[in-house]
Amino acid sequence: MTPVTTLQQSTGTARPVARRHRTRTAPVDARYPYWFYLLPAVVYGVFFLVPTVVSFYYAFTRWDLFTAHWVGLENFRTFFQEQSLVRGLTNTLIYAAITSGLKVVLGMALAVLLTSKIIARGYLRSVLFFPTLVSTIGIGITFTVLMNPEKGLINNMLSHAGVTGPAWLVDPSWALYSVAFVDVWKGVGLATVIYIAGLVSIPQEYYEAARVDGASSWTVFRHIMLPLARPATATVVLLSLIGGLRSFDLIWTMTGGGPGFTSDVIASVVYKQYQAGFYGLSTAGNVVLFVVVAIIAVPLSWFLNRKEVQA
Amino acid sequence: MKIQTRLRRRGAIAALAAVGTLLAGCGGSSGGSSSASTTTGTTSNSSGKTTKISFLVDNGDGTVAMAKAVTDAFHAAHPNITVDVQTRPGGGDGDNIVKTRLSTGDMADVFQYNNGSLLQPLKPAQTLVPVDAASWTSDLDKNFVDSTTVDGKLYGSPWGPAFGGGILYNIPVYKKLGLQIPQTWAQFMANSAKIKAAGIAPVIQTYGDTWTSQLIVLGDYHNVEATTPDWATKYSNGQIKYATDPAALRSFQHLEDLHKAGYFNKDYRSAKLNDGLKELATGTGAQYPMLGSVVAGIEQQVPGKINDVGFFPVPGDSAATNGLTIWPANGIYIPKTTKGDKLAAAKEFQAFFATKAACDALTKGQAPTGPYMSKQCTLPADVTQVTKDTTKYITEGKASTALEFKSPVKGPNLEKILIQVGSGIESAQKGAQDYDQDVRKQAQQLGLSWAS
Repeated sequence: MTPVTTLQQSTGTARPVARRHRTRTAPVDARYPYWFYLLPAVVYGVFFLVPTVVSFYYAFTRWDLFTAHWVGLENFRTFFQEQSLVRGLTNTLIYAAITSGLKVVLGMALAVLLTSKIIARGYLRSVLFFPTLVSTIGIGITFTVLMNPEKGLINNMLSHAGVTGPAWLVDPSWALYSVAFVDVWKGVGLATVIYIAGLVSIPQEYYEAARVDGASSWTVFRHIMLPLARPATATVVLLSLIGGLRSFDLIWTMTGGGPGFTSDVIASVVYKQYQAGFYGLSTAGNVVLFVVVAIIAVPLSWFLNRKEVQA
Repeated sequence: MKIQTRLRRRGAIAALAAVGTLLAGCGGSSGGSSSASTTTGTTSNSSGKTTKISFLVDNGDGTVAMAKAVTDAFHAAHPNITVDVQTRPGGGDGDNIVKTRLSTGDMADVFQYNNGSLLQPLKPAQTLVPVDAASWTSDLDKNFVDSTTVDGKLYGSPWGPAFGGGILYNIPVYKKLGLQIPQTWAQFMANSAKIKAAGIAPVIQTYGDTWTSQLIVLGDYHNVEATTPDWATKYSNGQIKYATDPAALRSFQHLEDLHKAGYFNKDYRSAKLNDGLKELATGTGAQYPMLGSVVAGIEQQVPGKINDVGFFPVPGDSAATNGLTIWPANGIYIPKTTKGDKLAAAKEFQAFFATKAACDALTKGQAPTGPYMSKQCTLPADVTQVTKDTTKYITEGKASTALEFKSPVKGPNLEKILIQVGSGIESAQKGAQDYDQDVRKQAQQLGLSWAS
């Protein structure tokens, strides 16, 4: 009778009860819920659904905000010929993989640390979570100053230690990784919190049983924490991967896709086309981005959740 | 049961009311305001009250100071009109705001905006009120009129002075090393070698502000046009390209030359415009390919050094045809949504910009960077060295307007491409090819025939 099985039993029995309850009382209950749905539905429809559907139409037009000419697939053809697109696509994938990978590893490690019995645990938890609460643009501007190769604090400190720091954001081979590093710094707090929740919900009985059997800390981590924190891993991977694929604000604030086009991601390519006034073309780019995110995220979500059920 | 139905009905009404307010909020601002203000305008003006018009400018420090000075002067001359200055961001974001506000009918009564290649995307024929054959138009500079005319109709009056795009240089450094103003690229490179030997950065680049990378190419256009007089027309028609025309490709190669020779300031990848101005004015850098309009910033960066900085055109292949590429003043436009009394007031305000009173007020707002675009205006005697140099080339007739005022096609990614060339990420040849591709997109958007 572990808590896990009780939980399963209780949800198993709760479901039919809820269904019965709903069908019986529907006519009375409906008067509030249905009207309350209307206003959010209108807001959601006007500001989200309608623009989304309309954007699929504008993706096939040459649109200058005044008139739209139907051009068929020309926008998509131009978009795929975009010189910075291939690099943008690879950069997007690299960025998403690096940020979500590091967030999983660091988040897990920090969560293990912060659930163990250490001094000032509560304080450390809030310090770690703090960057998540700060505006991304603010963080971007701050780090742009810190990472300035000549005047920035980071390279100043490195030079005191006798190390010549890289040019961070203005070196073509470093720019993308520098931004990814800041993204991880900002996002690891959230990943840690999700992991802490996952680790705390693992019943103590497992640890006790393992210790009785003489398992080492590594074995406990490998065979108890890691598999039982799987739902947390799935959440962190999905959230940070989708976030990484759609990433824009941090990259735009810190490098603007530069130097040149070396740290462009799909979202910044699309934004630049919008800035240039190629509205139809940038709408087509957004449709492509939507499809790419869906192609990666939907199967991944299905895969991770399927494993979760088996475990 | 009765209570229940009443509740339900009240809920429905509340929801409908909420939807109603939402929709009214969306639609009312554009349609409502213009019609309402027109009617109040008519009644108020006939009884001798003031007409209020709004005036939208970009939020640059200099621009805001000029706008304030010129509206003050206008109020003094026209006590029955009040001009309310509003600001918007500059750059690409500003372009989008102007286009969006025009297309939704929500534009200010008068606004300041670029002419040349940026005017065409506003669809002036649909959105702007053309200038009727007014007396003041005959006083305007031909370059300005050409770049503000679309399909034979003039749409604006001039906002401030013209300025050049070329090389700002540090006069004390030139004197100390005994250098001459270069007229050919070879002389320029020879000067730069001597400057480098003296331990000074020969050429300043500031890729922290990406737009600043373009001047070495854009400022070279006078030299390009000297080789083929109707270059711009051929370019618009897609008959001539940067990558295949030797003179145009040379503009890209200049930048590659400078990178290969290691002539840039050490922090060129991260420095911003103000850093560049500081280096130039203090003499740690000697030459800065830039717009002449930025000199006002020197006074803020390094007070007292503004006249240590002079200006010469981007040197080309031939000393005989070397000259300055200039940017005529921006325009002052009236959108078609301005009607009735407001339109009359707006037209007065637009015409005011061509008068001497307006130019003098603008001068008070910010020191002029070149000649004004109306014959009625004169420059004060105490202009900066850069303004004197700019004016000299224009009065000698050794100047032509930049390509973006002669052709509607300018690729949006030029600044990034030039940063790639200037940082050695790609070659000049590859950069020019990339730019031709970039321009092709712009031509497609404008519906121009552009062979690929």
